[in-house]
Amino acid sequence: MTLPSRFRPASDSIIDFPAETSCFQIEGLGLAYGGKPALRGISLRVPRHRVTAFIGPSGCGKSTLLRALNRLHDLNEEVSHEGWVLLEGQDIHAPDVAVDELRRRVGMVFQVPNPFPMSIYENVAFGLRLQGGLTRRRMDDIVEWALHAAALWDEVKDRLRASAWSLSGGQQQRLVIARSLAVRPEVLLLDEPASALDPISTLKIEELIRSLKSQLTLILVTHNMQQAARVSDYTAFLQDGELVEYAPTDTLFTNPSLRRTENYITGRMA
Amino acid sequence: MDITSDTHSQHISRQFNQELEALKTQLMTMGGLVEQQVQEAIQALLEGDSRLAEKVRDRDRDVNAMQLKIDDECTRVLARRQPAASDLRLVLAVIRATADLERIGDEASKIARNALTLIDAGNNVRGLVEVRHISEHVRRMLRDALTAFARFDTELALQVVHEDDSVDDEYGSAMRSLMTFMMEDSRAIGPVLNVMWILRALERVGDHADNLAEYVIYLVKGLDIRHMDPAQIDEDALTRKE
Repeated sequence: MTLPSRFRPASDSIIDFPAETSCFQIEGLGLAYGGKPALRGISLRVPRHRVTAFIGPSGCGKSTLLRALNRLHDLNEEVSHEGWVLLEGQDIHAPDVAVDELRRRVGMVFQVPNPFPMSIYENVAFGLRLQGGLTRRRMDDIVEWALHAAALWDEVKDRLRASAWSLSGGQQQRLVIARSLAVRPEVLLLDEPASALDPISTLKIEELIRSLKSQLTLILVTHNMQQAARVSDYTAFLQDGELVEYAPTDTLFTNPSLRRTENYITGRMA
Repeated sequence: MDITSDTHSQHISRQFNQELEALKTQLMTMGGLVEQQVQEAIQALLEGDSRLAEKVRDRDRDVNAMQLKIDDECTRVLARRQPAASDLRLVLAVIRATADLERIGDEASKIARNALTLIDAGNNVRGLVEVRHISEHVRRMLRDALTAFARFDTELALQVVHEDDSVDDEYGSAMRSLMTFMMEDSRAIGPVLNVMWILRALERVGDHADNLAEYVIYLVKGLDIRHMDPAQIDEDALTRKE
């Protein structure tokens, strides 16, 4: 299966990026749950080392789109799709793609922190153990690095053997991010990562998201528009399974080009 | 994206709606007061009415108080609602507009003070024809700028932006003729200087009306045309309806 010779962007309301600087290229992506369409004709490119936010009302398809990026829908037999999702130029649905390797490259963080019922250290080391072949010392190094990167190290360095459940909600979410980072992903998908957290923990997660973009690409789904405005470089607005507008966050929140976007971000009736 | 004056009546939160409407209404009230200040300052001068001039001078306090009140409400809306897009631009435009209206109020009170000096001196004052002419011009600009704000009318706003150039020209030529009066008659220097200051104040009122018109374009179109050469402004884009 090959991509059409030219990527089909881009109306005035959908920003385009060169293929060379894009991490994901999504082309004509449609997705249905048991025949019921959830996404229609989504074409967009996600730039590398930037934070891109997907926003939109409940049921607009933003989480569905996010999950499509590391094939989480594979687990549901009812889901069918069309179109292409390219990660660094490679079709993620190609038969030679190993899904577990795809999910290592494209990590996922969910709304409710889901640490495993084991120690803080073992949570972060979990993915590394699955990969195997690491010395104890190397593993220690990577766990420490990941906890640093997730801005959690100082809070847990003296109790790495304690249960992950002993951490607060915000700490648990940062632990889950550390667990994702440990396997050195290229992309981190965040599905409402702060919506179950208090405001201070939320700010810490947002700060973390910003600090991580030098190392990887981040894609954030949020129903909190202020959060998208605060942390993202680019924002895509989805409605009824379609991509409505995709623009630099500064532009989208001060002067969107379409009435539908304006109505949504200012809280007006359609 | 383009907005129209009824855009602000569709908020899901009616309370927010009312807050934005209130900002606009208060700005218009302040605009009306400032318009009246300019008009009465000129009337006091032309009719030699010192009581009216004093009234204008004293009422500047009310203008200042209105600026503080409206700015305060803008701050509250920003803090509590975190407005976006056209709502954000409305709040910013109102904050900027109150600053210009307050300055226009200052110019009106400056005119009133100079008028009082002239009335007290009781001389036959020269240059009042020019004052009358330019004051009619800038008052029309101010009124149009406020109307453009109330109606989100970019066409009218652009007209005001262009008017400002011709006010500047008229101001230049009035100043030149006043200089000749001073050269002809040294006893006239004092009163002519007062008239010059009045003309200067009127010219500044025109500049502030021009600013107000620019905020209307920012508010409606999201384009900031401040400091832009009028020749560079893409008028089609600014007046095109969606």
